Amino acid sequence: MFRIRRFGGRTPAPAGPLPETPDGHAVPAIRAVGVRKNYPGVEAVRGLDLTVAQGEMFGFLGPNGCGKTTTIAMMCTLARPTAGRIEIAGHDTCTAPGRVRRRLGLVFQETTLDLELTAEENLRFHADLYALPRATLAGRIEEMLSLAGLTDRRDRPVRTFSGGMRRRLEIARGLLHRPSVLFLDEPTLGLDPQARADIWEHLREVRRREDTTLFLTTHYLDEAEQCDRIAIIDHGRIVTQGSPEELKSVVGADLVELRTGDDAAAARDLRDRFGLDPAVGAGGVAVRAPDGARLVPRLCAGLDVPVYAVTVTRPTLDDVFLHHTGHRIREEPTPASATLTELAGDRS
Amino acid sequence: MTSIVAPSDRGAVGDERDRSSTFGAELRAGRMVWWREMLHFLRDPARTAVSLFQPLIFLFILGVGLSRLYAQAGADPGAGADYLVFLFPGVLVMAAQVPAVSVGASIVWDRQSGFLREMLVAPVRRSTLLIGKCLGGATVATCTGTVVLLCCGLVGVPYRFGLSLLLLAELGLASLVMTALGALVAVTIRRIQTFNIVLGVLMTPLLFLSGAVFPVAAMPTWMVPVALVNPLTYTIDAMRRTIAHYTEDGVALADPVAWGTWHPPVLLELGLAVGFSVVLLALAARRFARID
Repeated sequence: MFRIRRFGGRTPAPAGPLPETPDGHAVPAIRAVGVRKNYPGVEAVRGLDLTVAQGEMFGFLGPNGCGKTTTIAMMCTLARPTAGRIEIAGHDTCTAPGRVRRRLGLVFQETTLDLELTAEENLRFHADLYALPRATLAGRIEEMLSLAGLTDRRDRPVRTFSGGMRRRLEIARGLLHRPSVLFLDEPTLGLDPQARADIWEHLREVRRREDTTLFLTTHYLDEAEQCDRIAIIDHGRIVTQGSPEELKSVVGADLVELRTGDDAAAARDLRDRFGLDPAVGAGGVAVRAPDGARLVPRLCAGLDVPVYAVTVTRPTLDDVFLHHTGHRIREEPTPASATLTELAGDRS
Repeated sequence: MTSIVAPSDRGAVGDERDRSSTFGAELRAGRMVWWREMLHFLRDPARTAVSLFQPLIFLFILGVGLSRLYAQAGADPGAGADYLVFLFPGVLVMAAQVPAVSVGASIVWDRQSGFLREMLVAPVRRSTLLIGKCLGGATVATCTGTVVLLCCGLVGVPYRFGLSLLLLAELGLASLVMTALGALVAVTIRRIQTFNIVLGVLMTPLLFLSGAVFPVAAMPTWMVPVALVNPLTYTIDAMRRTIAHYTEDGVALADPVAWGTWHPPVLLELGLAVGFSVVLLALAARRFARID
């Protein structure tokens, strides 16, 4: 029975779209088919299909309370889907949770380090939980401490670490057992901008050095921008997915804003000569155009009024989000949002 | 050719390891969970010192006071000293009670702080985690109780190697029972405030109804059945009978626990305590292993 299941996992499923597996036999790092999760009175996830290829950096973007955390909890075997199926590196989360756990690393929203233990003890604890081979363990711990930039603090209790250091240690711990997928639930939540930038630098370094798929949730648009592919989730459904560029090109037009000597005349020219639909506001003339940067020289040459300044704004992921959901993503986290901790056991 | 064979081989080896991820790995994980409890204990001697305060006050203030009362009431002037010997096993258990029960608190706390999840997503059985944690707590509790055990000469319990060893083992068993009880409450009640209240309400009667302070034989009839289903009754009785075995004229007041007219032998009493621990641990593990 086990053989059949594994064979089934290796063969690309004929139904699901698998564009990221060109060689035809690579098992996707994550494959979710028709996943639903109901809590009493709440449909947290309502039919989610997702494929993430090995080695990808995949961003899961959505406002708080949209089902991101519930989805991760199901992928990590901390919650059971009400319906549907999730495979991590070809292993089903419900029928082979042990295999799945061995292949995934997790970095939660809030710290799960033991603050009383030292950096190295935290890593050793993890190694014993995952039964890592003792022969190569010291080297691997060394490697991870150096990746986290904590080699000289290995014997310090974690409670003396800054937020950024803790997060780096946590990421290093998540990677210690060489998981196929590293899940990061809001990896930069609660960090100051400098520490956030450091964490992202760190994640890029992780990608260079470790052959791991990164799956991260975020509600920061600028962070989602840095992923290979993103999925936008709202009300428990994926509304769209693709590379940030693809998603933005769907929304299409750039925003071109002009400050001119005579805004009204400029607007008339834009309408008559360029066939555009400008809007005149206090700040000047604004117009949507498919390729704004190419339009600028033609505008400058084609308008009769003097042009003082032109700005071209590419569509942002927020525009993409608005386009697909009809509302904007909230930038600030709300304290009422559920966390993985709560899902793992009713934190109060 | 090797390049063709290698990937499938690696897969096979990986899966082999998955399948054999059995006893050795569980043992290693459990041992680490146990060791973590020990590390916390060793790094926080102040907590141990404070938790010893209450039992020592109990023994040397309340105990001494009660023994004088007892001596005045009784005819025999030596009876007062006997009461301290009688009280001693109860104080041992009391010293172990705080650290044993705090294992439950630490499960609730680990849940609150998030560390529990680091353990829950690991490829380890949840029962292994729970048992490691409880054995850790029982070890810490036994070590704490040992400090009181070292004072035994002060109340007239003789220093004998065999006696100390037996009392230590019985203390360990009592610690395990209390740890398992704390763990069961902890996995059932997840709010730390409620947990503290429930445990506080549970622990004091458990001690008073165990024959720790006054003998079961002196209890009114309605109280006796409660004492007889209390596992601590049997561990304390076993300790008292062990002490009696090593002293010349036995321990005053220490009529062994009786079922009707029959006194269960010490080994049966200890067996009962083991059984209680196993049942409590099994219940806690089952509850702990539940996934939403």
